[in-house]
Amino acid sequence: MSTTTGTAAIDQGVAAGGQAPRSRTRAKAQRTGSRYSFLVPTLYITFLMLPIYWLFNMSLKTNQEILSKFTLWPDEPTLANYMVIFTDPSWYSGYINSITYVALNTVISVAVALPAAYAFSRYKFLGDKHLFFWLLTNRMAPPAVFALPFFQLYSAFGLIDTHIAVALAHCLFNVPLAVWILEGFMSGVPKEIDETAYIDGYSFPKFFGKIFMPLIASGIGVAAFFCFMFSWVELLIARTLTTTAAKPIAATMTRTVSASGMDWGVLAAAGILTIIPGALVIYFVRNYIAKGFALGRV
Amino acid sequence: MEKTVNNKAWFMVLPVLLLVAFTAVIPLMTVVNYAFQDSFGNNQFFWVGIEWFQELLASERFHDALVRNLIFSFTILAIEIPLGIGIALCMPKKGWGVPVCLVLMALPLLVPWNVVGTIWQVFGRADIGLLGYFLNSLGINYNYTQDPVAAWATVIVMDVWHWTSLVVLLCYAGLVSIPEAYYQAARIDGASRWAVFRYIQLPKMHSVLLIAVLLRFMDSFMIYTEPFVVTGGGPGNSTTFLSIDLVKMAIGQFDLGPAAAMSLVYFLIILLFSWVFYTVMNNAGTEKKQYAGEE
Repeated sequence: MSTTTGTAAIDQGVAAGGQAPRSRTRAKAQRTGSRYSFLVPTLYITFLMLPIYWLFNMSLKTNQEILSKFTLWPDEPTLANYMVIFTDPSWYSGYINSITYVALNTVISVAVALPAAYAFSRYKFLGDKHLFFWLLTNRMAPPAVFALPFFQLYSAFGLIDTHIAVALAHCLFNVPLAVWILEGFMSGVPKEIDETAYIDGYSFPKFFGKIFMPLIASGIGVAAFFCFMFSWVELLIARTLTTTAAKPIAATMTRTVSASGMDWGVLAAAGILTIIPGALVIYFVRNYIAKGFALGRV
Repeated sequence: MEKTVNNKAWFMVLPVLLLVAFTAVIPLMTVVNYAFQDSFGNNQFFWVGIEWFQELLASERFHDALVRNLIFSFTILAIEIPLGIGIALCMPKKGWGVPVCLVLMALPLLVPWNVVGTIWQVFGRADIGLLGYFLNSLGINYNYTQDPVAAWATVIVMDVWHWTSLVVLLCYAGLVSIPEAYYQAARIDGASRWAVFRYIQLPKMHSVLLIAVLLRFMDSFMIYTEPFVVTGGGPGNSTTFLSIDLVKMAIGQFDLGPAAAMSLVYFLIILLFSWVFYTVMNNAGTEKKQYAGEE
């Protein structure tokens, strides 16, 4: 392969060149190149932030101001829209519902995925590859295919409109994802550690809890983050399985049309509030996020 | 890593197996069941064989949705992959800029999908949205609820906004794993910027780019919520992708048989892609191992 030869040539270059002095002009050229390179991420981030800013801007305006004039920032900033959400139970219970089923789902997904990922990363067993592939196909299953059968299945068990129903349904794509991520991180831990622990007389559960789990703590964090993320952003299944008692916030947002037309201000405020939990969790996993998106395989 | 053969490992996989069987296999069986039957209500079903499949594969509606979805997927790939690589290359490697970039860029990925739709629905409106207002004041007639071209442009820009960061983060993860010695060697050899990219950075990003391409392809193939909120599949049917069409059929019209048949065909298409994904990724993994062995 040409790419392989390319890198190999460079490896030889390292061996031959060693610490030879750098060409001054080239170093300079590279510096001018990097002087302007900050512009690209800056422009991109501006592009990302503009629509979010616009929503934020709207959330601080009254409906009258939104509809009557076009302003880049609110003339008279008001928190009235946020107050509506925090005082009306049909609004804020949406947040509680969402967070409840997302947390349930994260716990279930990571708990069942841990032993499975360990098995996949350490042992060969009958049908392991087929099983792994089958799990992957579930991550790739279109939620639209499952919406209707889910409704019938959970109706049969009397689970419609409960948090656990949504949490279980989201396992469809989160369990395979958690297994994948954890398997990637676990394969990075040398097997000698397991063997040494057994020689030292650790039983399997003790080894797993006391030695192995701390070693892959970042992997568990990343897996939990991704379960949180995909359960938090999903709406099609969550909306199909709930009516009132477990209705997610994102679904509550669809009913802002009142007799006086669209309630844009409250809609914007609700949107902004759904972004905040995501922003918080990103901050905690910022150092691992890239590796996590690569399913632990960088 | 050498793996030990141990069939007792099945017990460790059992919880996942039971859970996924409940959440995936049982519903899928329901779909298969409907796909071969017809009903006149009252829970009376009778066998119709492959009639629904014949009808589906001959129907123009399905062809159109499939073609639209393929065009959409390839368009966003053509934009997001080069753009993502470019941005990742320009990102700072150390200093305070790194966490700032990572957190801000990852933000769109954690916005609930219907809120992404809402954000762009508002942003693009001619009366109250920044983008719509701006474009219309420039004299461009932009209205995504009436003009199919504007609707497509909005849906594509929205997807670029939503998912390019995924490509950026993956490429960035690949880039920071390159040891500094490689760049030093390239400098000594007098390698051009292009050569550094072509022979050092691109090969190192190979495996993460594969993940990016295939994840983006499959997720865009299943897209539902965002275009549904913004355009509702319209104007006309111009942004009705496969998932939107399927939900319309299953829940809107309650045509269980045809909807189930479509679900299966849809799922089989995705399954085929998953298989390609899995094989390609596994091969990339073995290649990497062989290469590491040579070193």
